[in-house]
Amino acid sequence: MQADQINPKIARMANQIAMFMESKPEAEGVEGLSSHINDFWEPRMRRQFFALVDAGGDGLRPLVLKAAEKIRRPAAD
Amino acid sequence: MKDFIIPAPMFSDRDMGTPASKSKTQVTLEIDGFEVTVPEGTSIMRAAAELGITVPKLCATDSIEAFGSCRLCLVEIEGRNGTPASCTTPVAPGIRVKTQTGKLKQLRKGVMELYISDHPLDCLTCGANGDCELQDMAGAVGLRDVRYQAAENAEMATHFAKKNTSGEANIDWLPKDDSNPYFSYDPSKCIVCNRCVRACEEVQGTFALTIEGRGWDSRVHAGLKDDTFLASDCVSCGACVQACPTATLIEKSVLDIGTPDKSVVTTCAYCGVGCQFKAEMRGDELVRMVPYKHGKANRGHSCVKGRFAYGYASHKDRILSPMIRDSINDPWQEVTWAEAMSFAANRMKAIQAKYGRQSVGVITSSRCTNEETYLVQKLTRGVFENNNTDTCARVCHSPTGYGLGQTFGTSAGTQDFDSVESADVILVIGANPHSGHPVFASRMKKRLRQGAKLIVVDPRRTESVEGPHYRARHHLALKPGTNVAVVTALAHVIVTEGLYNEDFIRTRCDWDEFQDYMEFVSDPRHSPEAIEMLTGVPAAEVRGAARLYATGGNAAIYYGLGVTEHSQGSTTVIGIANLAMLTGNIGRPGVGVNPLRGQNNVQGSCDMGSFPHELPGYRHVKNPEVRAIYENLWGVKIDAEPGLRIPNMLDAAVEGTFKGLYCQGEDILQSDPDTHHVAAGLAAMECVIVHDLFLNETANYAHVFFPGSSFLEKDGTFTNAERRINMVRKVMAPKQGYADWEVTQMFANAMLEGSGRSWGYTHPAQIMEEIAMTTPSFAGVSYEKIESMGSVQWPVNDKAPNGTPLVHVDGFVRGKGKFIRTEYVATDEKTGPKFPLLLTTGRILSQYNVGAQTRRTGNTAWHPEDMLEIHPHDAENRGIRQGDWVRLASRAGVTSLRADITDKVSPGVVYTTFHHPDTQANVITTDFSDWATNCPEYKVTAVQVSPSNGPSDWQEEYAAQATLSRRILPAAE
Repeated sequence: MQADQINPKIARMANQIAMFMESKPEAEGVEGLSSHINDFWEPRMRRQFFALVDAGGDGLRPLVLKAAEKIRRPAAD
Repeated sequence: MKDFIIPAPMFSDRDMGTPASKSKTQVTLEIDGFEVTVPEGTSIMRAAAELGITVPKLCATDSIEAFGSCRLCLVEIEGRNGTPASCTTPVAPGIRVKTQTGKLKQLRKGVMELYISDHPLDCLTCGANGDCELQDMAGAVGLRDVRYQAAENAEMATHFAKKNTSGEANIDWLPKDDSNPYFSYDPSKCIVCNRCVRACEEVQGTFALTIEGRGWDSRVHAGLKDDTFLASDCVSCGACVQACPTATLIEKSVLDIGTPDKSVVTTCAYCGVGCQFKAEMRGDELVRMVPYKHGKANRGHSCVKGRFAYGYASHKDRILSPMIRDSINDPWQEVTWAEAMSFAANRMKAIQAKYGRQSVGVITSSRCTNEETYLVQKLTRGVFENNNTDTCARVCHSPTGYGLGQTFGTSAGTQDFDSVESADVILVIGANPHSGHPVFASRMKKRLRQGAKLIVVDPRRTESVEGPHYRARHHLALKPGTNVAVVTALAHVIVTEGLYNEDFIRTRCDWDEFQDYMEFVSDPRHSPEAIEMLTGVPAAEVRGAARLYATGGNAAIYYGLGVTEHSQGSTTVIGIANLAMLTGNIGRPGVGVNPLRGQNNVQGSCDMGSFPHELPGYRHVKNPEVRAIYENLWGVKIDAEPGLRIPNMLDAAVEGTFKGLYCQGEDILQSDPDTHHVAAGLAAMECVIVHDLFLNETANYAHVFFPGSSFLEKDGTFTNAERRINMVRKVMAPKQGYADWEVTQMFANAMLEGSGRSWGYTHPAQIMEEIAMTTPSFAGVSYEKIESMGSVQWPVNDKAPNGTPLVHVDGFVRGKGKFIRTEYVATDEKTGPKFPLLLTTGRILSQYNVGAQTRRTGNTAWHPEDMLEIHPHDAENRGIRQGDWVRLASRAGVTSLRADITDKVSPGVVYTTFHHPDTQANVITTDFSDWATNCPEYKVTAVQVSPSNGPSDWQEEYAAQATLSRRILPAAE
């Protein structure tokens, strides 16, 4: 299933950040995107984000998927 | 007013007669045998005042330029002929001036006798009795007799008698004009000194007043021939009333109550300009608010809101007893404070026990003081033990925090308001200071009248685009949502035409990052020609604006929510910072990047750690050394993960994981976007605590109501858009018993019962001590320092013990200024066949935010309801006439309001305000938001407009539900 069908808000927000970061050199973009989500997204949102990534990440922009490796997985509640 | 108590003698309130000279050259002269040294250009009147000598005067006052009309302030100068007016005669080296001689005494007495011969002698029952300069001057010159009396039966008339001496109606007598809700104009008491007219021109810049007629027929008049004050262009700022030396223009409150007997200097609780006022009191009744001339943001000026619209504080709608209810369908039950606290604490504890530590949170208020805001975020971090705190800055200037933080290293404006006096080019983007920040607008307009040039980027032709004696050289009337394209095109022109300041960039910014940015921005796809179709702005206008900004001298940017409230709000802020760095317009007076902040303490609420990822002073919660400061002080572990932002709280509530909210002084149901979603979130919570003056819209979904105190009822500080920390002083006891900081403390202690911990603040000064102790940028702040300096701008620390008027002077706070690419990404909110128009929203001068305060004042005389501005073409296509009810629909919702047909908006764009809950403009706005901060995209919504015959079903249901929800049962005996 497409990410924007599972959780349109989270998918949209992640893609929006990616569109800003895509104007940077790729390494910097990956770093910028992952640290942005680490710094500003609370664990619940990151959990929902990883649900999309773990479901294959269809519909998420490539930079989001690259950055996902550097995004902190939230501790289980 | 006499014998006023002012906090410190250095802030004397005495009228010096004429404005201060800014000259650096000093001149020494002698007045009445005493030597005095003053700056060149000072009037003799002011020099005398410096010596403590008051030369009698009527037409002079130090807020406006000297005029020389009353002929009372005459002096003699040794070796010069005649008796020059001391107000219009500048000092000269070595001159010897006499202010009191036999000749002068005789002349003055003659002048006063003429004035008084045409003035009613009803002093005892006059509203200005005891506060009248005419009365004072009659006393000062020793007037004892008025010889000029009209002969009987001669049909001679004064201006004040209703009948002439033949007993017929006097055509020179004019009735009072009481049309303005706050002040009256009584022409019979006017001495035509012109002070009101000059104040309207020089101080306010509206030019609503004039002197009509000549000689004997000269009369002060507002607007055109048949206008009243209310019907004229008058914006009711009060400058004329303040300037009037008699009872001609006088506050109705003074007529009703009498003159005040004491005054206390405090800070306005409306917008982010942060004007200081003297609250003038009789007993504990507020008689009037008078702008304070030593207020460094306002310099003695005011607007209709701060000056007059304080009546909400004593409005009958204020709730004065705590209330609780089991369910939001029940009526409210009045209870004691103790019962309310234990009910609220038990519910919140139960929620945390059942759903986890993260299931509750707070929203801090940008209207409350720094100290109160600090305590509310401390409540969530130290008592709830999570970081679920947010504030209304989320929905206004959060992109400013992000954008300026990234590029410059600070989350605040770079200048003080005085800086505008040195600006040569003023670039206003997405702001309408005329309505939103009126006192700053007056200062800006004054500079424009002196010749500074104006550029405005705004979809609407607002009052800030053109007005009396100013007009924008370039008005870039862009399509809503295309800010980034326009700002990047401005940079494109500056870079490709070689207008950038290479020296500044090489020394102050990262050169490699600049190279990268230059390569990006030089691409022809960013040229004004390439974006013209997209933005609707003619390329030549963009080029002209860019050239003017880059080469016109000191260039300052002022911007507002038209920049931030977009999907790319943060990108535009970055683009603005890039423009300032490119042209070296940072770090000195007259330049800079200045966010115009919405609410009185929105800067302060951000500084105080209201954001879920930051502890006070903008320090991320992930930093263990920062957490340790608070952990050691509060004896609790601080969560290292960021908490929920307001939109996240609502999402989580709908999902069922967020169940309890303490919301102080914020009406999220009316002010936040997508009302249906906000309502669903609130309805899903099990404990909503609203702490407010009124049963606001959010309270319809609340289980606990803590009544709040107004800014007149507590001590504390507000921080304005200049980073200026101003004192708020208690002038009366809280009507409901407690200041808001005390209420939060009671609630925290109810939550902490049994934990062995408790809060024990007894005065807000102790809270400020804790803030200073824990926050480096506030290290040097104390009440003593603010008292002694009047106000102080943070950072205040060892490096800047007296504060920091300008930041980034020798280098950026982050080190090197950082250029960042700003790629334009079109918002997903697009017009189409179903929703072909773009709605943008904003505010109006007389109303403020959700209107909870201003709707409960006389300000409704100017704006009784929200209207939809629509272009004549779009109206005609739809068969809509002026004043018709129209249906406004978006994919989020539908509402109805009346149409105002105007070409201020372009075809394809409609505009409304969000001051009235009956309209609820936010039913229409969507859940799209800024990519970096989740700041909602208020400024762009695709809509359709069609004729309608009245309020929508939803509006009627909402009103019925609100009425039901506001039922209050009488307190148990």
